[in-house]
Amino acid sequence: MTIEMISSSAETIETPVSESGEIVFEHVSKTFATNSYPAVDQVSVRITAGDLVVLLGPSGCGKTTLLKMVNRLYEPDRGKIWIGGKEIHTLPVNELRRQIGYVIQQVGLFPHMTIQKNISIVPRLLGWEEKRINDRLEMLMQLIGLPVSYLPRYPRQLSGGEQQRVGLARALAADPEILLMDEPFAAVDAINRERLQTELIDLHSKLNKTILFVTHDVEEAFRLAKKIIVMRAGKLVQYGSPLELVTQPENEFIEELVGSNNILRKLSLVNVNSILKARENQSFYTSKFQPVEKPSTVLHPEDDLRSVISLLLCSGKDSLPVKDSEDQLLGMVGYSDLREMLISNLPSE
Amino acid sequence: MDLFLKAFEYYMDNQSFFWNATRQHLVLSSFAMVISLLIALPIGIWIAKRTGIAQVVINVFNAFRVVPSLAILFLALPYLGLGFFPSLIALTVLAFPPVLINTYAGIRGVDAFIIEAAVGMGMTKTQVMSKIEIPLAIPAIVTGIRIASVEVISSATLASFIGGGGLGDFITRGFALYDVPIMLVGAIPVALLALTSESFWSLFLRRYQIPEN
Repeated sequence: MTIEMISSSAETIETPVSESGEIVFEHVSKTFATNSYPAVDQVSVRITAGDLVVLLGPSGCGKTTLLKMVNRLYEPDRGKIWIGGKEIHTLPVNELRRQIGYVIQQVGLFPHMTIQKNISIVPRLLGWEEKRINDRLEMLMQLIGLPVSYLPRYPRQLSGGEQQRVGLARALAADPEILLMDEPFAAVDAINRERLQTELIDLHSKLNKTILFVTHDVEEAFRLAKKIIVMRAGKLVQYGSPLELVTQPENEFIEELVGSNNILRKLSLVNVNSILKARENQSFYTSKFQPVEKPSTVLHPEDDLRSVISLLLCSGKDSLPVKDSEDQLLGMVGYSDLREMLISNLPSE
Repeated sequence: MDLFLKAFEYYMDNQSFFWNATRQHLVLSSFAMVISLLIALPIGIWIAKRTGIAQVVINVFNAFRVVPSLAILFLALPYLGLGFFPSLIALTVLAFPPVLINTYAGIRGVDAFIIEAAVGMGMTKTQVMSKIEIPLAIPAIVTGIRIASVEVISSATLASFIGGGGLGDFITRGFALYDVPIMLVGAIPVALLALTSESFWSLFLRRYQIPEN
């Protein structure tokens, strides 16, 4: 066990993260001329270089506006944004944008250009040599898992999922420190979305880019994010890891959004890695996982097993009493009963 | 059949006159097209980014289109006199609206998210226009040129009324002499020229089309 752990940790030597990928928002506000209320209201947050941070919130909460202020598609009315210690307005705007990868929901591949031309746009804008571009193209195609034979094709000849992969390759073309992704998988079907999400997690662990990812999909946010920024009505409501959001929701809005009150939902939002991480930090583990005290929890004969397991988890007990409508105790049901019921064949009628 | 035979005989007897008229017709039409492209294309591109001005400009040119070509010719007569030059002006004006409107609509029709992707990647305004918007508007622009060229070639016959020459000379002469074969010597080549131009631009468009699958 110990040997295994040592060898596995030796393998995962982390690529050093360049500090130039750090993004800092300082009291950033933006009001659109057509609205009386601010789209983004006094947002201050520091995004560590190399993190995959998800901007989460309902539509109109300002998450996309915040994202687009990073590459100056929108200009903040007040406040400052720093990238790697440099205020973004100290750079010429196009120079800034060429240093930041940008992926949008509709992919936005140029239909009149081949995949090759699409991907090599930013390197060409930066004046790379032909050989360097070609090497990079090959490497990127490998990275996104598409054959090199796709290079002379046109975007229309590719499937939606393939197009979004090319969109990602195009954003990564000039090896930017930062990737901005604006609901990139929203228009992709469920199966492909899940695949793209897995690939993105994989890619992020390989490349160590700072990724700002906008979504309104809570499941997606929890699957991808190292940290989540929850926004509502232009304000930052909470900034924390998925686990922190579930276990220490800042307010009812977060509770409702992440489903903190539904314990089974919680299960689908937290992965094993979170448990391992929490275990490392024992004090956190003991202090935050106090079972909710509900001494009066009682099961009824007609309760389905899904709610039984939910009630068991909430009660912190191993079994619960079952009572009928006249408050008569019928017996006790616990985890072992559920397990037995589900493993052995369900009773035939 | 007899008519065509007589028309052919007339052509054989007046070959130098015919080829001279054809040359005049082509020069007149192509000059008119080139000049209107030189003016209408830049204006179309320029107004594509200025919706306010665009409506005014398009309406002005559309107003010209409502005036019949023949009327433009005669209206120009007192100011520009007779001959090649006033004919050229009238035909140029005629070619403006289709080119201008299609250029404008073609550029406006490029999806907003494609522009956003281009801008977000750090392209300058000029680069977005030259590398993304204009190439994507080409099918619409070429369609405009196709419509305009057919209109110009067929309307160039009217130039003959004010001494502009061209194949219209046969039509006016045939009409004056009440001689259908002579009219055909003018009308058939004009129709052929218009068809040729139409197919040329269609082929051009097909070559430009982005392959599907």
